[in-house]
This record gives sequence, C-alpha cells and structure tokens, in this order.
Amino acid sequence: MTNRMRRTLMTSSLALAAAALLPLPAFAADKIKVAAIYTVPVEQQWVSRIHKALNAAQTRGDIEYVFSENVTNADYERVMRQYAEQGKGLIVGEAFAVEAAARKVARDYPKTAFLLGSSGKPQAPNFSVFDNYIQEPAYLTGMIAAGMSKSGQIGMVGGYPIPEVNRLMHAFMDGAREINPKVKFTVSFIGSWFDPPKAKEAAFAMIDRGADVMYAERFGVSDAAKERGVLAIGNVIDTQAQYPDTVVASALWNMEPTIDTALKMVKAGSFKAEDYGKYSTMKFGGSEMAKLGTFESKVPAELIAKVKAKEKAILDGNFTVKVNDAEPKSN
Amino acid sequence: MMDFLANLFDMLGSASFWVATLRVATPLILGTLGVLICERAGVLNLGIEGIMVAGAFTGWLAVFNGADLWTGVLVAGLVGGVFGLLHAALTVWLTVSQHVAGLGVTLLATSLSAFAYRVSFPQVSTPPTVTAFAPLEGLAGLPLIGPVLAGQTSLTLLAIALVPTVAYLLYRTPMGLALRMVGENPAAAEGQGVDVIAVRTGAVIAGSILMGLAGAFLTLSAFNAFFFNMINGRGWICVALVVFASWRPGKALLGAVLFAAFDAAQLRLQQAGGALPYQIYLMLPYLLSILALIVMARRAAYPQALMKPYRKGER
Repeated sequence: MTNRMRRTLMTSSLALAAAALLPLPAFAADKIKVAAIYTVPVEQQWVSRIHKALNAAQTRGDIEYVFSENVTNADYERVMRQYAEQGKGLIVGEAFAVEAAARKVARDYPKTAFLLGSSGKPQAPNFSVFDNYIQEPAYLTGMIAAGMSKSGQIGMVGGYPIPEVNRLMHAFMDGAREINPKVKFTVSFIGSWFDPPKAKEAAFAMIDRGADVMYAERFGVSDAAKERGVLAIGNVIDTQAQYPDTVVASALWNMEPTIDTALKMVKAGSFKAEDYGKYSTMKFGGSEMAKLGTFESKVPAELIAKVKAKEKAILDGNFTVKVNDAEPKSN
Repeated sequence: MMDFLANLFDMLGSASFWVATLRVATPLILGTLGVLICERAGVLNLGIEGIMVAGAFTGWLAVFNGADLWTGVLVAGLVGGVFGLLHAALTVWLTVSQHVAGLGVTLLATSLSAFAYRVSFPQVSTPPTVTAFAPLEGLAGLPLIGPVLAGQTSLTLLAIALVPTVAYLLYRTPMGLALRMVGENPAAAEGQGVDVIAVRTGAVIAGSILMGLAGAFLTLSAFNAFFFNMINGRGWICVALVVFASWRPGKALLGAVLFAAFDAAQLRLQQAGGALPYQIYLMLPYLLSILALIVMARRAAYPQALMKPYRKGER
C-alpha cells in the first residue's frame, strides 16, 4: 500500500467517522423520538400497560419508539443518559428505586422531556411523574369480590407492600366492605415481583384456609384459583381470556391518556413538569373496570346495579375513593 | 401462645401442607443432588442458578413448540448437560477458578435464556403458557401418604426416586467409587488407573443435567410459563443444602424437605394474621436453615479435593 493510498484511506475513514458522529438530519421531524426504560421485562403487568400505549402511538405513526427492558437499578442512570445523549424527545420509565439519580439526569438534559413513574413530586422544568392511580376500578372490583364470595373470605397475594400495590389493595378492601362489612381478608407478600410458583403456593395456602375469591396482584394467583375452582379478580391487566371461568372482573390501567397527553405537550413544545397521576383515573379514561365478559350472567343483577351506580357516582365526582398507601394487613 | 401451637399442629397434620412442602422441595431436591454429584467429584458448580434458568426456559420452549412434556424435560436435561460440559471444560480441563467459572456460567446461561426468550417472543403482552404436568390423582387411594402424593406430579416422584438411585450409584458401584475418589484424592485415583479428568467431566455433566431438570420443574409442573427471574435464588439454596447434607444424598433429601416445609409454613403463618412484619416470615426459612446448617455442618466431612484442580503429573 502506498503512502498516498494510506492517506486517502485514512481521510475517508475519518470523514466517515465524523459523519457518523454528526447528528442525523431531522428527516423524520414530525415523529417524536421516544425511549422507554423498564426495570422488568415488558410482560410485567405494570410495564406492559406503558409498553402497549407507546406501541399504539408508534403504530399510529406519531413516534419512533425504542425501549430497554430488564435494566437493573444500578444501570438505570447510565441508560437514561445514553438515550438523552441520543437526542430523544421523550424518555419514559420508572423512577421508584432511582429517584435521586433520575432527577439528576433530568437536570442535566433540560431539553429532553422526562415522564417517569414515581411516588414523588414533579421537578421543574422537565421531569413529570405518573403512577397507577387506578384505585377507582379497584374499589368496584372489590364490591364484586365481596358479592361473589360465599365464604366471606378473600385472599390477597402481593409482591412487595409498596404504595402502588397498597393503595389498590386498600381500595379493593374498602369496596368489598361496602357490600359485606364482615368480609375477612388474608394478605401475604412473597418478596418478589417474579416468582409465579411462589405466588401460587401463597394462593393455595389461602384457598386451603377458606378463601374463595382471590385478588390476583401477581402472576400465579389466578392459576391457583383455576386449579381449585375458586374465583379471581384481576389487577392492571385483563386476563379473563386465559381464565374464562376464574377471573370475574379486573381493574384495568390504561396508559394511553397519560402517554398521549405527554406526546401532545412535547409536540407543541409546551412540556412542563407536571403530575400526570390524574390521567390514570376513570374520568380521563386512564382506568376502568373490565367488561364482565364470561361472568356477565353469573354476577347477580342486583350486585351489578350497585357497582354501576358506584361507577356513575365516581364519574360524576360524587364519590371519591380514599387513597391509602399504608401496608394492608390480614384481619 | 397456645393458639399459635394449636395452629402449628393443625398445619402439620393437614395433607395440603405436606403437598405444598413436597412441591416446593422438588426443584431443591433435584438441584441439591446435582450440586452434590459435582462436589463429590471435587468440582464446585456455581453455574446452578443459571443452568436452572436455561433448563426452565428450554424445557418450556420445547413444549410450547409442540413437544410433549417428557421431551421438554429431556431437552432441559440436555441443555443443562451442555452448560455442564462448558463448566467442566473451564474448571476441569483448563483448571481455572471454580468460583469464577461457575458465576460466569450462571451469568451466561441466564442472559442467553433472556435473549433467546425475547428473540422467540418479541411482541407478547402476557407470557405464553403451556399445559403443565397434572397431579397424579390416581395415587389418592394409597394409605397414609396417598393424599400427599395425589397432589404431586410425576416429576416430584422422579426427584424422590433419584435420591436412592444416586446414593446407590455413589456408594455401591465402581463408577461411584471412582467419582468419590477423584473428589477425595485424585492423585491416588490416577494411581489406580482412574482417568480423573474424564470422571470429573462426567460428574459435572451429570450434575448439571439434574440442575436443568430442577429448572424445568418450575416451568412444566409448578407453573406453566417462563419468567426471567423465576428461579429467584433457588439454585443458591441448593449449594447451601449440600453443605447441610454433609454431601450425602439421603440428608440432601431431608434438607430440601425441611427447607420447603419452613417455606410452606411461613406462608401459612403469615396468613394466620401474625403481628410480625411480613419480612420476618419471609426470612424464616433462611434463618432456620442457617441454624440447621450450624448444627448439622459442624462435623461435616467435605470432599478433600473440593475446589482443587487436578493437573496430571503435577507434584
């Protein structure tokens, strides 16, 4: 290889490298670049709702969506910075275990919009928060649970007693007590988000104690209910299709109103630090009680009427479901 | 206190408690036997946690793609064996640190499974499921143990049957003698014409096959879907249980059942509405296992050549 050739090769490869480093022309200017960072796989109930809403936006052609799943908390800040450096318009994720680090990243990239699941407050100018405030449908499903229980015992299996779990359990219990003030609850936590065999064992133990309606916060609980022929109430997602004779009702979380509002704000250039929590309420379509489906004819009409009336009261603003983030206990 | 004791005796007398105990114990029995075989040959296999993930995933995937349940179990065992071969290549042939190689195998097997899962299922919202092993209701008629066995699946019976089998092979066959020898004094074994490298390699592969089966139990019997983190430390428990068992198959069964009984008990005690925080109950099986370990392991005689690599001709 001659010197001259070598030089040409070097300059051209340098030029190539420079081209790769330069920001790409904004040929897709109308599409917002969105990145999501999840600490669990996208099948996890909670995260699956965010993933679904973002996928829908991508299918509509509104956004370019990329995501990282199963990111450990130790890696979370690095991945956030990576996406911010890439010039994403909106970064979605969950800040629960990485509040301080996530807020620091947001301060370092004031031009990027951040929308993160958090129990904390929004942080100006660009760090907005959301959470699964679906206590309203949880209350309604609690009414159904108590109405469908013959033994008056309801079993609840949770992962960890964090506010996101506790508030839904309490709303569910409040709803159940409205129908049957004497209803008994058995609560246990398995200390893991992803151990269906263990959740199933906990559920079996509850059914052995006489529970005949199970609150299925974790995967595995509905399976135990199905095997033993008792009922289950779904949470966050609707699994009735998989358990047609088991899952009576589910409190659904719809992330679409939250995501779509944030996208609108980013597009208009008016994204601010806000609490998006309200977009998860029934009024905004952020949550709902799933259709009774296979149980339409099995739930007593009188109970359905009571639930419908309560649903209306919530939508009209005449009834507010209490938010209680304390750890629920068996009674 | 009287209430608590009454509750406890009620629980211990109920068939459902023992059904749960055996179900929780099954993956531990298989995994502990696996670790035991490796360690009796002188090789620590910390790859177990990852090998269980790989077994859980591949066994389940085979069944999901139309294989029957036993073929799925076979696939899980084979995949476990392949990772065992990798571990043997690193630790027995290349004599690298057994700790580091084992952890490396765990990381590799776990991540490969996660990667393969996402490649196979790029767009799913709920985890796909298979039809798992059904409990053996036909055994309900047996006296005393009938109700307990009727709640189990064939894999649990297989795990229990493997305990005397492994014990027989270890203590009553020339192969078992060779295996134990290379774990105690490989140089002497070599002097007797035993191929130390071959025996150790075989032992690590055989042990890893059992670890693969342990994983498959979780996705094909205890549950019917695969989750990334579902092994959840069960592999590490097995490593501790082998110490508890003083490297003996019979005691390994006892240890696994004991730990499982603690776990089944804590779930029930937690639900009885105790005043203690739930973390205390979750801690119980581990706490009691540490106590049992202290009592049991005091006079445990571990394989003398455990974690000592053997290089032929080295003095």
